[in-house]
Amino acid sequence: MEHLHPISAIVLNESGVLARIAGMFARRGFNIESLAVGPTEEARYSRMTLMVRGDDRILEQVVKQLSRLIEVIKVSDLAADPHVERELALVKVHAPPAQRSEVIELAGIFRAKIVDVGRKNLIIEVSGDSGKVRALIEMLRPFGIVELARTGRIILARGKQVTAGRSRERAAGKNLTTEVIVK
Amino acid sequence: MSTQTKKPPEPAKRAGRKRNGAEALIEGLKSQGVEVLFGVTGGAIMPVYDALYRDGGLRHIVVGHEQGAAHMADGYARVTGRPGVMLATSGPGATNLVTGLATSIMDSIPVVAITGQVPTGLIGNDAFQEADVRGITMPITKHNYLLRRADEVPSALAEAFHVARSGRPGPVLIDLPKDVSNAPATAPCPRQVNLEGYKPRYEGHPQQICKALALLRNAQRPVILAGGGVILAEASAELRQLAELLRLPVVSTLMGLGNFPIDHPLSLGMPGMHGTGYAIKALYHCDLMLCVGTRLDDRITGALDEFAPWAKLIHIDVDAAEIGKNLPVAVPIVGDARPILRELVRGARGWESPPDWSAWQRQLEAWGQEYPLSYQEKSDRIMPQQVVQEIDRLWDDEAILVTGVGQHQMWAAQYYTFRRPRSWLTSGGLGTMGYGLPAAIGAKLAAPERSVICIDGDGSFLMTIQELATAVRYRLPLVVAIINNRFLGMVRQWQHLFFQDRFAETELAPPPYDQVARAFGALGRRAERPEELRPALQWALRESRAQQLPAVLDILVDPEECVYPMVPAGQPNVNFLSGPEGA
Repeated sequence: MEHLHPISAIVLNESGVLARIAGMFARRGFNIESLAVGPTEEARYSRMTLMVRGDDRILEQVVKQLSRLIEVIKVSDLAADPHVERELALVKVHAPPAQRSEVIELAGIFRAKIVDVGRKNLIIEVSGDSGKVRALIEMLRPFGIVELARTGRIILARGKQVTAGRSRERAAGKNLTTEVIVK
Repeated sequence: MSTQTKKPPEPAKRAGRKRNGAEALIEGLKSQGVEVLFGVTGGAIMPVYDALYRDGGLRHIVVGHEQGAAHMADGYARVTGRPGVMLATSGPGATNLVTGLATSIMDSIPVVAITGQVPTGLIGNDAFQEADVRGITMPITKHNYLLRRADEVPSALAEAFHVARSGRPGPVLIDLPKDVSNAPATAPCPRQVNLEGYKPRYEGHPQQICKALALLRNAQRPVILAGGGVILAEASAELRQLAELLRLPVVSTLMGLGNFPIDHPLSLGMPGMHGTGYAIKALYHCDLMLCVGTRLDDRITGALDEFAPWAKLIHIDVDAAEIGKNLPVAVPIVGDARPILRELVRGARGWESPPDWSAWQRQLEAWGQEYPLSYQEKSDRIMPQQVVQEIDRLWDDEAILVTGVGQHQMWAAQYYTFRRPRSWLTSGGLGTMGYGLPAAIGAKLAAPERSVICIDGDGSFLMTIQELATAVRYRLPLVVAIINNRFLGMVRQWQHLFFQDRFAETELAPPPYDQVARAFGALGRRAERPEELRPALQWALRESRAQQLPAVLDILVDPEECVYPMVPAGQPNVNFLSGPEGA
């Protein structure tokens, strides 16, 4: 059975790391649906959040192949753990004066913000899980979306648990046939 | 000719200046115990060659083509177990290494490549002889570096050697821009390497070893499948202890040939596409497969569902990603084969009564009788298998056998008596035609006291024939026996079996290799009739030693002979064809 898994990886913040990881995914035929990279609380690391589609065997390979890379410090598959996910979108929507209040009202329902107002257009900023972002975009579509930019998803585990740490070992031991990988 | 003489070494210190990046590199190579380098110079790598010249303490082998350097370094590493080192310039020099690096990563061979790069200010500018070597080699190296500062040289070099030889070995490349080579490098060579994201596991998990022992204890029809990882981990003695202690049959993969004596009563030979019928049967019918250092690739398994349908797998591998990649595994053990096999031996010694596997052993013996390796001799033609058997008879037990890729490679794998590790050099994973001669050169330089014999094909040999010049220049007494069928024989075989004899572009017009060899300054001789075979081989062995030169034998064989047994690609192994008449 194929699922969409959130994979979180702590990697060295060095040039070429993104190319290496993206290349590995392409070469091995793994499917990335979204990818977000940014610095972490420690400057020498970046966090990479990947949404990967595949069955258990493929996901096991994704985690293992990522772990093999020397610049990758930690990897976790968060599918089975409680986590918070966020994605951000900027939507430039056609909103002449006659429609403007309706668009603003809609944005309000989604707790989205109006971040730019033009004569005929508004830019709306919305953040949330991807379902919410998608829902707002669908609601705005009839007004005419001029252009759209979305980030990849970012994810952190809830509670005390550290997102890319011990959780990977548990994830690996829990639903996979393979022994714990301790890096 | 002018009367130039080699100047005495002038290290940086004596010249009254700081060492530069290139000198730091040479210092690092020496501190890693490197003795010999293979390469070709060129614009961007000149500072390194200059430092090499001024230092004078490292042996360098000038090759005909950088691919040759890569295979030589690979051959050197397979024989010694230490990383082989290659040098090349930027752009075409580095891209010529690509086939060699890909060969090494597929077979997990430790090599370190140093490539020159255009100066940092020109990188990305499409400069003369610029190529994105870091990008190009990313998927075919275990790790690679593009250095930006001379002070990174010592640590990158130490890391490169550590990464190349530890864990699952593999190639590491350092791309060194010319200005970085020339800039002062004050950082010392590090004594230790600590890579946060790279901690290969050595010992196996005790709990997993217990589980493996329990499975083994309860098995009815167990088999060991031992791969190249056993050789890389220097675990042949431990493998033999375990097999002999429990009387476990051993199947050695193509990469694993030599990890267990092939003439041992417990050996079942090689599995897979051209494996022995009895190895295929044993793997198919076994109920427990102890896989050690093998990645169970498609040439071993054939159609996955019917490879070993009743077997539970115990899989020992230092690379966790290989476990469960192709087949579900009951007991994964991540770690080095040597300590893990040692623990298995220790555990099995504690058993009160050894399991009785005599019925299974009788069955294996029966299959051994039923499916012998065989071929038909002919009175007027040399059969390729005969060439391998004659070499097996004439060469001593310590000899190193090297091959190219194709039919001759499979015949060598089938008919040679492999008795020890690090004596069989073949491109198993990538299947690189042209690997043979340069790898043989690397092997000879790694072990000058051992005889090196390269069995090559007429197609394969032509692909790196320029390295004959290298073997002559350095007066390397090795023997190349070309099994010449005037065809790309393996493809011809497939065309014969699966393409109704439509021999699309497989017929070759090879030059007379004996004459070519002589033109290079090597020894050359041709053999065409069966009675000429043994004298030719004896001559090559004797004369190459006497004259300290490579000897090339052009041995014309029956062009229609096919490699059997054979499993048609994608089919279950048990459907193997045992000969031209079919199953």
